[in-house]
Amino acid sequence: MRAFIAAVFAFLYLPIALVVLFSFNAGRHASELTGLSTQWYGKALSNPFLVEALKNSLFIATTSAFLAAVIGTAAALGLARVSPRIRAAFDALLGAAIVVPGVVIGISTLVALVQLFDAVNPMLASIWPGDAPPRLALGYGSIIAAHGLFSMALVSMIVRTRLGSLDRSLVEASSDLYATPFTTFRSIVLPQIMPAVLAGFLLAFTFSFDDFIIAFFVAGSQTTLPIYVFASIRRGVTPEINAIATIVLCASVFMVLLAQLLLRKRTPSH
Amino acid sequence: MTAALNPDIEFREVAKRYGAVTAVSGINLSIPPAAFVALLGPSGCGKTTCLRMIAGFEQPSEGQVLIRGQDMAGTPPYRRPVNMVFQQYALFPHLDVENNVAYGLRQQRPRLSTREIRLRAGEALAMVQLAGYGHRKVHELSGGQQQRVALARALVNKPAVLLLDEPLAALDKKLRTDMQIELQNLQRELGITFVLVTHDQEEALSMSDFVCVMNRGSIVQIGQPNEVYHEPADLFVADFVGKTNLLPGKVSGRADGLVELRLANGSTISARSRGNLAKGDDTTVSLRPEALRLEAPGRGTLQGVVRNRIFLGATVEYAIEVPVLGTLMATADHQFFQGNLFEPGEPVAIGFAPGTPLAFPGIKENGTKQRETRNVEIIS
Repeated sequence: MRAFIAAVFAFLYLPIALVVLFSFNAGRHASELTGLSTQWYGKALSNPFLVEALKNSLFIATTSAFLAAVIGTAAALGLARVSPRIRAAFDALLGAAIVVPGVVIGISTLVALVQLFDAVNPMLASIWPGDAPPRLALGYGSIIAAHGLFSMALVSMIVRTRLGSLDRSLVEASSDLYATPFTTFRSIVLPQIMPAVLAGFLLAFTFSFDDFIIAFFVAGSQTTLPIYVFASIRRGVTPEINAIATIVLCASVFMVLLAQLLLRKRTPSH
Repeated sequence: MTAALNPDIEFREVAKRYGAVTAVSGINLSIPPAAFVALLGPSGCGKTTCLRMIAGFEQPSEGQVLIRGQDMAGTPPYRRPVNMVFQQYALFPHLDVENNVAYGLRQQRPRLSTREIRLRAGEALAMVQLAGYGHRKVHELSGGQQQRVALARALVNKPAVLLLDEPLAALDKKLRTDMQIELQNLQRELGITFVLVTHDQEEALSMSDFVCVMNRGSIVQIGQPNEVYHEPADLFVADFVGKTNLLPGKVSGRADGLVELRLANGSTISARSRGNLAKGDDTTVSLRPEALRLEAPGRGTLQGVVRNRIFLGATVEYAIEVPVLGTLMATADHQFFQGNLFEPGEPVAIGFAPGTPLAFPGIKENGTKQRETRNVEIIS
């Protein structure tokens, strides 16, 4: 049994360990280790295409995670107040957003956006006063929207859990002490759920930063880091790719650990 | 309680329903200024619902709740001149002690100066003997200290009425007694009306000027603690407030304003009657343990055998088994009985001064008391 478990873990993690190891390879080939060096990290970070893709990814991840955190928190707060029946319906919808495979989200978002652009662009052109009417197209916006939508469900679920453990009497106490509903939200509720909101933001960021499938469908001409990696693999796996993968891996693990820490750190109950 | 000219709190025909469930109904209550009132009753009797209607967390389905003569319908909690001490204190965990206490002051408009807020928060903490604790975290404090912070946080706002929801339930017995005295002193010093919700009759009797006994969503009796204890309005109050022995019987006659009743073992005793009792009616007689007099066998009204003796210092409690009637509890003043303790197994006679037994209409099915053992109150 132990050997079996060991085999499973080896199967899961050995490839990752190898990627990390080979990113420090001194040689040119991805498959034979000829010595240790950090040269590929330097090469990767001086590759303008790669840096561009990294910047895109960071921008998209930050923006979509921010949107997801705000909208997801608002959704969680709203759902805490509606009747159980409506809440169950929305819970199912949010759950579905998380369960639906990325391919489906990618295709459906792409189809929906293209249809929307086809409908909206002529209208925009007809009412635009100048010569060059703006044309909505796939790009940053569509990736941010697609990622934000998925992550929003994630954030709202995390925040909902936290809200559920929030002592209702704290809200009542604040109200009893003359605080208006808005002040109560700002001074009592928000500080209490902030760790969950931040954790949600970090997970949303990680998701967006790592996502290939959805981004691939809706990216248009934009390149994110996963898309760049995918494209360069077709030209052969180099230690440079390993270096990128290792960077992404470290960043992701760090974010997820931070999120876990935020979720675990509970305010001591009285 | 007599309706004062300007009651601090007034309930007029108040009812609260949650769907088909009626939490309280027909509540009429008038609380005069500077009174210490206890809403006393078992779990689910509606006492907390009443308190929450004063605070504004619940709106009455019918009737009116007035604070200092003003109808509070539609007034949200944050615009009511009352403050509450919550059962689990509900201190804000992310704020330190001083900021918890200052929370209400910060909401005042026009704004108070930072200096004044700090000054008043400090005074409030000193009032509850927590001067110098301002920068402690809430979770660093003991239960008793948290309780005091909650008290300071409410009182610092100088409310018209202070609401206390089972404030002592989470404290151990020694602390509870200390806090009872402290609450009483605070109430007298500040002259603020205190409304206390409790299921603990001892707490209600010991602290308040008036006790309002509630059962099944209605007020059963309002009176001073000694009235409620000595002149219970009905069987429920007799059973719920204080310890008592309840014995079923039948009315056998009336004389001199007293009823004669026959107990299950054939003994006859005379009792003051509560409610209409005619000859042949079923009745339950209430005998307070301290009203029982233990005498040498053969002299009293009931004959029994001492089963247990519980020595309590100033008093001694006896469990006395009376054939057919079951076990009766008797409390004897220790000094009176000094050197005259009855031993378990010893036969004794039980007597009582005429007029101390109280007879109520109806039969109570069993002797189990409807006291709640936990402090959880079902409010919805």
